[in-house]
Amino acid sequence: MAWLGHFNYWIFVFLMMAGFYTVIARGNLIKKIVGLNIFQTSVFLLYITMGKVAGGTAPIVPEGGSEGVVYSNPIPHVLILTAIVVGVATTALGLALIVRINEAYGTIEEDEIQDIEESGDKKERAT
Amino acid sequence: MHNLFAAVMLAGIYSLLMASIFVILDAVDVAFTEAAVGAGISTVLMLGTLSLTSSREKIHVRPSIIPLIVVIATGGMLLYGASGMPEFNNPDAPVHQHVAPRYINVSPVEIGVPNMVTSVLASYRGYDTLGELTVIFTAGVGVMLLLGRRRRVKKEPDASADSTAKTGQDTPESNAKTPEVST
Amino acid sequence: MRHHLVLRVVAKLLIPLIMLFALYVQFHGDYGPGGGFQAGVIFGSAFILYALIFGLENAEKVVPSGYLIALVSAGLLLYAGVGFAAMYLGGNFLDYGVLAGDFIAGQHLGILLVELGVGITVAAVMIVIFFAFAGRGEGDDEEEDDTATEADPVQDLASDSSGKA
Repeated sequence: MAWLGHFNYWIFVFLMMAGFYTVIARGNLIKKIVGLNIFQTSVFLLYITMGKVAGGTAPIVPEGGSEGVVYSNPIPHVLILTAIVVGVATTALGLALIVRINEAYGTIEEDEIQDIEESGDKKERAT
Repeated sequence: MHNLFAAVMLAGIYSLLMASIFVILDAVDVAFTEAAVGAGISTVLMLGTLSLTSSREKIHVRPSIIPLIVVIATGGMLLYGASGMPEFNNPDAPVHQHVAPRYINVSPVEIGVPNMVTSVLASYRGYDTLGELTVIFTAGVGVMLLLGRRRRVKKEPDASADSTAKTGQDTPESNAKTPEVST
Repeated sequence: MRHHLVLRVVAKLLIPLIMLFALYVQFHGDYGPGGGFQAGVIFGSAFILYALIFGLENAEKVVPSGYLIALVSAGLLLYAGVGFAAMYLGGNFLDYGVLAGDFIAGQHLGILLVELGVGITVAAVMIVIFFAFAGRGEGDDEEEDDTATEADPVQDLASDSSGKA
């Protein structure tokens, strides 16, 4: 495997695993959302680096016409534009849910919420 | 890092750096959107959430080792799978072969718009953009339903999802911390 | 309050420029980077800046909730309406070529209207989400800056009044 030619995949895997670790290892809900954002951004980086062509330029036709101009691939740009906007929609909904969870349980730590839920279940089963 | 405010600020800086990297990689539309959305709206909403909840993380006494093992295993498998992918900066990759040359060659003539990303986004793949707009609309409606449109008292006894709240009502008892247990 | 003076003056200078820049990005999305989403977010951030500096009550007076919710749906209806207009005029759904006489002119018109719809909905949704977050925790405690009543920094400096007790 050509190590130097694939360095964008190394960076992508490192960022994705950093985000993934933050989502599953941290108990605080806001940190989970931050980790999810890092995860999403690493996927964007993967697609954009796959679309880059050596010696290319941005996919906008310049004034004098386009003879001999090498462009980067515009299709990953379109997909990632949609993905970024969907990502912010998800983040906004997740943060709104965190605000409501905080109002209902008084905390945003995952294990404290689980303790409150379990003690509530035990009281229900004891009756 | 246990200070959530610092974590949110670093996330904003991270989004800005990613926008700069996208500019270097010739993705100017994507960089514009990432800078506006990631470093702008996302940071503002997270700061708003921090102001409505706490701003410090709880310190855990025992470290966790299973997530680290899972993460390293997944990373190793992904790297093994990425070895078969095309190299960086290679113009002969399969992604540049089938539809992209047609868009690049034909779209300034067929649609007459110099920005190829806009022509693909709005004309060739306009149906997907309609779906994306519906996703944003749904997110706006969802946040409106969850957080309401009027101001509410911070600690209200019933935490059921009723969003037509009263404005500025003072409830003397504030026992929202105990969930509803039916005995 | 005097230490908000710099913020308020600079915000008053910047907010029209931000809106103008958002309109520029919206309508020049064909010729450079830009388009509906970026323009919508920038336009929404102008109103968010106003709400941050001058208070949520003033911002809700500038943009009433009824109009804002109507704008959220209006952009999506515009986009779908362009598609249905194309069907009505004889083409397929979202086939812009039949919207005007010439195929290229129809494409231009279709892309312009569609990006306008996207920009309107995105701007309105950003403002709605921010107002929902900001209006949640107010409750019975006062706002920190007493900017609910005065709108002129010169008057504030001269009168030295602190609006609500």
